[in-house]
Amino acid sequence: MKITIRGVRGSIPTSGPATEKYGGNTSCTDVSAEGWQLVLDAGSGMRNSNTGDRPLNNRIDILLTHLHFDHIQGLGFFNPLFDPTMEVHIWGPASSRQSLHSRLSRYLSPPLFPVHIRDLPCKLTLHEIEKSEFDIGPFHIQTRYVIHPGPTVGFRILHAKKVFTYIPDHEPALGLHGIVADKKWVSGIDLANEADILLHDAQYSKEQYQQRIGWGHSSMDDAVYFASMAGVKKLLLAHHDPGHTDEMLETFAANVANPNGVVFELAAEGMEIDL
Amino acid sequence: MAYEIEVILNRQLADCLSIPVFITDRKGNLIYYNEPAELILGKRYDDTGEMPATEWSTIFKPMDEEGNGLPPDELPLVKTLMNCKPYHKTFFIENLNGNIEKISVTSYPILGRASTFLGAVALFWDSKDE
Repeated sequence: MKITIRGVRGSIPTSGPATEKYGGNTSCTDVSAEGWQLVLDAGSGMRNSNTGDRPLNNRIDILLTHLHFDHIQGLGFFNPLFDPTMEVHIWGPASSRQSLHSRLSRYLSPPLFPVHIRDLPCKLTLHEIEKSEFDIGPFHIQTRYVIHPGPTVGFRILHAKKVFTYIPDHEPALGLHGIVADKKWVSGIDLANEADILLHDAQYSKEQYQQRIGWGHSSMDDAVYFASMAGVKKLLLAHHDPGHTDEMLETFAANVANPNGVVFELAAEGMEIDL
Repeated sequence: MAYEIEVILNRQLADCLSIPVFITDRKGNLIYYNEPAELILGKRYDDTGEMPATEWSTIFKPMDEEGNGLPPDELPLVKTLMNCKPYHKTFFIENLNGNIEKISVTSYPILGRASTFLGAVALFWDSKDE
């Protein structure tokens, strides 16, 4: 599978030279194989998604980890949604109260957006997911709820014996003593188990996290520890704080405690990985 | 396989509380108890790990005011496990020193977002002054 990072910024898009290297667009990652295309999250980076070959069967699948605005704001600017020849499937976490359609409609309707979701010209199908397992073309996908405010899932994507795990918003350390040493008690660990690549929340430095416990995000140190527990082969630190410049990100990353030698790097917009 | 996050978050909450908390899976196996609960059980979680229902349920000797033993299906946690509903009851138990103590137990089911029953939680309240 080919993985293309379209946006790695958390919370709100940033622009300007200070965030140029790692990028200012919010969460979005393309995954493609055998003519099939998945789009993970619909942040502002989504505007640069689907600019290549037309996908097989004119079908695109958008997988949303959750519905915070930085993960859906690109939907209104995603061309396939306005193309009547396209078949678009949106997969998003189930809520105990409102349907996915109802929750997405809160954004895709006036006054926040001029077009109602019901008026989108594409052939649109919505799928509610929770602890789910399903296939999309050649991809086998597992989802689990993970710790983050509101219904939020992570994705484990298997293709040709390679695993890409995507958990951009996640706070596994929430609690009195941080991440519990016993893997049975760690949110998201099954999704990440021995993944070839894990893209994971790393919004804060270790020091900043102490002031933001419960906000739903991880420190870089916790992300590395989580990856170490899960035995992942490579970790991409993502969901960069909008207040962090490229220089700050590199300083924080250079100071991460990494006793187990986890291979990691800062995720950057435009990054392409063949897995 | 890891527990669902609803169960994990209950454990993390229990870790922060000063009252005894017991967490079971759907079958009543004890999957976690916090430090205050260790004093009641007389065991440490780090030593025992999880305990099967048959083992930990025999540690308590629940009884009524007159010292008559209470059947399991009258205990809040057992009722929660059977009916997936919250219960509360005040009764007596014999502590580790053989003394009789008055306690109250509040139990509630862990129902996940999809209304899936994932386990139960029991909180023990010291009721000796009531």
